[in-house]
Amino acid sequence: MSLDLSDVTLTYPDGDDRLTALDHVTLHVPRGTLTAVAGPSGSGKSSLLAVAATLVTPDAGTVSVDGVTTTGLSRAELTGLRRRTIGIVFQQPHLLPSLTALEQLQLMASIDGRSPAGARGRALELLAAVGLADRAGRRPHQLSGGQRQRVGIARALMNEPTLLLVDEPTSALDHERGAAVVDLITRLTRERGTATVLVTHDRTHLRAADRIVEVDDGRLGDPPSGSGTSVGYRPQGGVTATMSG
Amino acid sequence: MFVAWRDLRFAKGRFALMGAVITLITLLVGLLSALSAGLARQNISAITGLPADRIAFAAPGPGRSPSYGDSTVTARQWRRWAEVPGVTRAEPLGITSTKATAGDRSAPVSAFGVRAGSRLAPDGGAIHDRTAVLSAAAAAGLGGLAPGDTFALAGRRLTVAAVAGDASFSHTPVIWTALSTWASVAPPGAAGTAAGPDAGATATVIALDTTAGADVAAADRAIGTRTVTKDGSLSAIGSYASENGSLQLMRGFLFAISALVVGAFFTVWTIQRAGDIAVLKALGASTAHLLKDALGQAAALLVVGTLLGTGIAAALGALVVPDTVPFLLTPATVLAPAAVMILLGALGAALSVRRITSVDPLTALGSAR
Ligand SMILES: Nc1ncnc2c1ncn2[C@@H]1O[C@H](COP(=O)(O)OP(=O)(O)OP(=O)(O)O)[C@@H](O)[C@H]1O
Ligand SMILES: [Mg+2]
Repeated sequence: MSLDLSDVTLTYPDGDDRLTALDHVTLHVPRGTLTAVAGPSGSGKSSLLAVAATLVTPDAGTVSVDGVTTTGLSRAELTGLRRRTIGIVFQQPHLLPSLTALEQLQLMASIDGRSPAGARGRALELLAAVGLADRAGRRPHQLSGGQRQRVGIARALMNEPTLLLVDEPTSALDHERGAAVVDLITRLTRERGTATVLVTHDRTHLRAADRIVEVDDGRLGDPPSGSGTSVGYRPQGGVTATMSG
Repeated sequence: MFVAWRDLRFAKGRFALMGAVITLITLLVGLLSALSAGLARQNISAITGLPADRIAFAAPGPGRSPSYGDSTVTARQWRRWAEVPGVTRAEPLGITSTKATAGDRSAPVSAFGVRAGSRLAPDGGAIHDRTAVLSAAAAAGLGGLAPGDTFALAGRRLTVAAVAGDASFSHTPVIWTALSTWASVAPPGAAGTAAGPDAGATATVIALDTTAGADVAAADRAIGTRTVTKDGSLSAIGSYASENGSLQLMRGFLFAISALVVGAFFTVWTIQRAGDIAVLKALGASTAHLLKDALGQAAALLVVGTLLGTGIAAALGALVVPDTVPFLLTPATVLAPAAVMILLGALGAALSVRRITSVDPLTALGSAR
């Protein structure tokens, strides 16, 4: 049991009106599984991730992470929850320019009040897991785009999260590198037992997912033939055509 | 401070530039402070060194403040002051600026006339009609006079009874003389013209030693004087009020400029880092953690810059500034402005890194950044 969204509705102010970004969304993601989220641009994919990441509080419905209901928690409690149980991989790697790859990971221990030196072993182990053992001393500007994104993935796993949220990790990468990053995320999901939500535009990346959900105008639905697994999933051409990079 | 230290090293150039600005402003503030203190000492040390707590001036005209330059008090006034309950001592003090000559050396001096044996002068017991006590600077300025030597004060021959103290008034060294000597060298009008039973016995001000019980205001009204505290009387030294005022104003501006520059630097720096801050918050860094990091970074920069500037100011003062320049290097004149620099800089930095609190971690998601 790791991520549970139940009847979640999220609106943003839109002039005098409100824009519904998520419309009564219910989603359950068990640990050790990968759920892919697809849908056209502006459909609410990032909003779904933001709610799961506790970065926004929904207007209605409940979000629970690792058994903890997040609605009603204070800002500080949410920050602590994010720090300890949620790993986030951003669309851009979002690494800090002054830190080496190793330090990007040690930083996660530092913000959790632990000694960065003590976290060195785990950081090196994770860098090795994403194939960057020999790049530990490099700063972001000395790494390729794909390497940066892999550092971002390793960073997200640093504090042993039970929930891993990944927002379009491949948008800055070419197809081949993108596929490698998705493979890596799939492997780490199995190995480390995270409940993983992967937002992606690229439907060829969806093969590895345990489940694919389609977001359309804030509403969630499994793809027409989907039964909770990726088997038998067929892309819907009408939807992909409207997507932006 | 995990990220803060690495940012300091990574953006060396930027921080070095900022540190250099802080160093230079501190250097300027340090030099200005030492100079102000040195000038002030030359101006007022004779007054601040008086063993008295209040100074009584002749009551100035309506709407005017007392002034050492145009006050004249009479013997009758200081005798009456001595009888006021709560006043333990009332000593006349005559002040005038004049010229002293010894051999072919002459120097501008301040002649301070006191009663024979007065406590106001160092070695006051040695002062009588034909002797004087010279401050060290006065003796040095006249070619190194020693006790027993003779010199002329505005044409009057006097013997040096002692060389003591470093009293200085209005930028000239003090020579302590008997009240009668002072009266003969002071310009007419300042001395010896009072009418009535006290004709011939006047001074400039009365130095008072009072206890808490003394009703100074009532005595002032009865006797026709205006009494202020010793420190309050400093503004009655004409040159001091204007000189000190403008120096303090400059120093205040430098403090303000420094706080603004530091604030502006950290504002720009924080805005540039807004994206990183959003990411850190999304990753779970608490706002308190981020603020501590940013303030620690600012404090490190301020302390290093300020200490460097203070060190250079002290070194310049000790090694480069010639002795003729009044330059007072004490912990108070050097370290106090450094502390103010750090405090105001930290305030400026605190106001600018405050915007960390308002960075929304949500902006780290998506491609918008
Ligand atoms: N902070 C915000 N304020 C107001 N409206 C917002 C905000 N963020 C998103 N929206 C709106 O909510 C809807 C869903 O946005 P969201 O970012 O979740 O879409 P998305 O599926 O991630 O799109 P994309 O594939 O382009 O990233 C959009 O109509 C968007 O304009
Ligand atoms: Mg999005």
